[in-house]
Amino acid sequence: MATRKKHSTAEEMALAQKEISVSEFFAKNRHLLGFDNKQKALLTTIKEAVDNSLDACEEAGILPEISIEIHQLEEDRFKIMVEDNGPGIVKAQIQNIFGKLLYGSKFHSRRQSRGQQGIGISAALLYGQMTTGKGAVITSKTKRGKAHHIKLQMDSRKNKPVITSDDELKEWHLKQGTRFELELEATYKRGLRSVDDYIKQTAVANPHCTINYLAPGSEEIRVYERAVKKIPDRPDEIKPHPYGVELGELIRMLRETNSRWLIGFLQEDFCRVGKKKAQEIIKATKLNERTYPSRVAREEADALYRAIQKTKISAPPTNCLSPIGENRITEGLMKECDADFYAVSTRPPSVYRGNPFQIEVGIAWSKPGDDLLEVSNKGKITKKRKKRGTTDTEDLLGNADEPVRILRFANRVPLLSQQAGCGFTKSVMQTAWKNYGLTQSKGALPVGSAAILIHMASVWVPFTSEAKEAIASYPEILKEVKLALQEAGRKLGVHIRKGKKVASEFQKRTYIEQYLPHVGIGLQEILGISNEERENLVEKLRTSMESTRKI
Amino acid sequence: MAARKTKKKTVKKKTAAAKVDKTTEELKGVALDSIHEAASDVLKVSKKGKLPSMTMPQRNLANVTYDKKTGYFELAGNLKTRTLDVNSVKTFAQTLRLMSLAQDMVSDEDFATKREAYYVSKNWGDAKFNEQRESDTVLDDIEGMFSLKGITREILRFVPEEHGGSVVGALTVIDRDPETGDPIRSDCASMGSGAYTVPSSVDHLGFETSAEFVIVIETGGMFQRLNHHRYWRTANCILVEMGGVPTRATRRFVRRLSEELRLPVYAFVDCDPYGICNIYRTLKVGSGAAAHVNAKFCVPKATFMGVTPQDILEFGLEDATHPLQPVDVKRAKDALKNDPFFKAHPKWKAAIKQMLKMGVRAEQQAFAKWGLNFVIEEYLPKKLKETKKFLP
Repeated sequence: MATRKKHSTAEEMALAQKEISVSEFFAKNRHLLGFDNKQKALLTTIKEAVDNSLDACEEAGILPEISIEIHQLEEDRFKIMVEDNGPGIVKAQIQNIFGKLLYGSKFHSRRQSRGQQGIGISAALLYGQMTTGKGAVITSKTKRGKAHHIKLQMDSRKNKPVITSDDELKEWHLKQGTRFELELEATYKRGLRSVDDYIKQTAVANPHCTINYLAPGSEEIRVYERAVKKIPDRPDEIKPHPYGVELGELIRMLRETNSRWLIGFLQEDFCRVGKKKAQEIIKATKLNERTYPSRVAREEADALYRAIQKTKISAPPTNCLSPIGENRITEGLMKECDADFYAVSTRPPSVYRGNPFQIEVGIAWSKPGDDLLEVSNKGKITKKRKKRGTTDTEDLLGNADEPVRILRFANRVPLLSQQAGCGFTKSVMQTAWKNYGLTQSKGALPVGSAAILIHMASVWVPFTSEAKEAIASYPEILKEVKLALQEAGRKLGVHIRKGKKVASEFQKRTYIEQYLPHVGIGLQEILGISNEERENLVEKLRTSMESTRKI
Repeated sequence: MAARKTKKKTVKKKTAAAKVDKTTEELKGVALDSIHEAASDVLKVSKKGKLPSMTMPQRNLANVTYDKKTGYFELAGNLKTRTLDVNSVKTFAQTLRLMSLAQDMVSDEDFATKREAYYVSKNWGDAKFNEQRESDTVLDDIEGMFSLKGITREILRFVPEEHGGSVVGALTVIDRDPETGDPIRSDCASMGSGAYTVPSSVDHLGFETSAEFVIVIETGGMFQRLNHHRYWRTANCILVEMGGVPTRATRRFVRRLSEELRLPVYAFVDCDPYGICNIYRTLKVGSGAAAHVNAKFCVPKATFMGVTPQDILEFGLEDATHPLQPVDVKRAKDALKNDPFFKAHPKWKAAIKQMLKMGVRAEQQAFAKWGLNFVIEEYLPKKLKETKKFLP
């Protein structure tokens, strides 16, 4: 009887040890990329495609017009289409952009953009391929080139694109642009964290773009009209700030630099380092100005790294940031939220770990109830019914007795999942909203029919995971968010308090209306005055009483 | 048991006539004039385009003074003015409408209980009272407003709901039939096991008595015991049961016995801060809240028979006591600090301090420790021998 062998030798193990391709890794760990369930898969796919489209349009200086269609084929089988009017993609790059993980223009760049790692859209393709066996169909046309119609799959073992069909179209309905089509296994739901929610929030944070959206099972295309016609300023690219570079990266930069000498390397490859600062840094090490960067040993690099941390270097430039802007946030909120009051605040740029960032906050607040009180110039208060239903679909504001909705954005991209784990949420909870007229239990979100928009613009947004769903809680970021919340909160507080004042004044005047006639009746009963006399008296008293009241 | 010695003694009969008839007509006129005047003032000011106001005395303990000579709490003169504004408009309207009701009742010689006045307001639409407490307060305000002219709530024809105390003993009350005006005589010695009940208004009553003094008693239990054993016959006195803080009618009733029949009045209440600082104090000098009418509604000549803190020691009641509760201690300390009556009498200060020091209270009925009739056979005779020593 042969005994079952339980243990392996090192040599036997070696046979089983081989390189794991990135795509295989992600195929097994799809949750890291936001494909953990069917509903989220649909959202992530749309999101990645739209993010790419918006980035491309803005980079090319084109006002984006994006069409999204979702068709349900079977119960859990969908076909999605995202089309933009961007610059199009050069044919040779199409396969790499869509069919290769970790391929992109943005990872190494220190420029504010939606995409970061070059994973998203190709991961969507991989997911579609795994769940349906079909690849993606990409149609793209540049201004001067022809329209290409390419069917693309991915060799997930080798992380390589495979073109299954490649046609040149004689005619296409767009002068330029890109269309991405994919079949995938998915579920469609409405409500919070749905595709609909994402699109609406995208429209809020990007009032310069038009989105046409055909939801599954819907006959009508929903149009989110553009509210501003100016493309956001294109953010500048910046070199890394010395504080934001870790040792490993420093070693890589030393190896890859074009500079001859260390002093040149420090000045050329970093921002905010001039000759004097470079000398100061080098002085603190055993290296000298003319050391060849590529010859710096690991221990020396370590010393250099520590010298950098000890040297006082001014904050990175902030012209690399492109905030949404107060007007645009207001426009965006007004366009998509049925609210009675909007407050916005923008913080000056700040820095975390050498990365510049900027926080903007917008609050849309709706007074509970269906009535609004209006105060005329003469101080007369009238009650009016609120106008409602200017926007369709999901209302971004919750009910008056529910926690406020938090609309989180990073570089104009809505973050829908993992609200609880997000630094923004933490900041909202740590802000004392009672001071600003909202109710709040300790350590919880404030309650009220309101939406709080928080946007972080940064060359590098610190997400807690690759799925880009939550912002890491860097103290510098939390602090800026809180300051912005407080500023907007103060404006809200002033409004709410004033509203309460008007309401109580209105209440009081109603009170006068209600009881003053009885003063007249009492006097009439006792003194036997005529009805006319009584009415004149009441009118006179009303005037006297109201004239002493001011709002 | 029934055979109790009754001292045959020739007693001079004292009488007091009804206090009313002449003054009632006068006061009726004063009341109607006051109402009319108040309303006219409001009208006049309003017509000038100004905001009208009504002025009345503040009704609380902080606004009373006490002088041993006068013998009761008097208003110190702090006034509150209610000017027509948002916060007062409802009360303002209600005050006028209640004044109008009073005007009607005075003219028609009708009356309304405070409860009925509250219900009358239910026909006023928005201006109605939501609770009787609200209408009672407005009534007190109106009374306060007119009190300076000698007008009371009773003259305005508002009568309290609660009946007065119970009376037994050597007293005949002469009332009259409201319809025929014929006199009706009630002999308080012929009430069997029941008692004569003090009506809500007492100024029209006449009295005849052969009694030598009056004992006013806090609890129904003690009153029943003394009545059952005909103590009033034994001691030739009148017994009045207050049932807690005496009502205005009861106070007025005892006051007339004290003043017009010249009978000494002895209070017999529990030995605790409530019995002393609320029941006895109100009986003797009136209350802060009703300071505007105290002149008539208290018994300045009443004295305090017991139960005193010293009685607890002298009659061996130490083990029949209960500890003072925090609320008792607060009440007692409050009296020492804020009540003008106790502040004016060193003997009272000492007695209250003694009680606080002992930390206990004793009920009237604690004497039952020594036997059910100990109070009749021992306590009262012993105390009544030395009425001069009673607390003021």
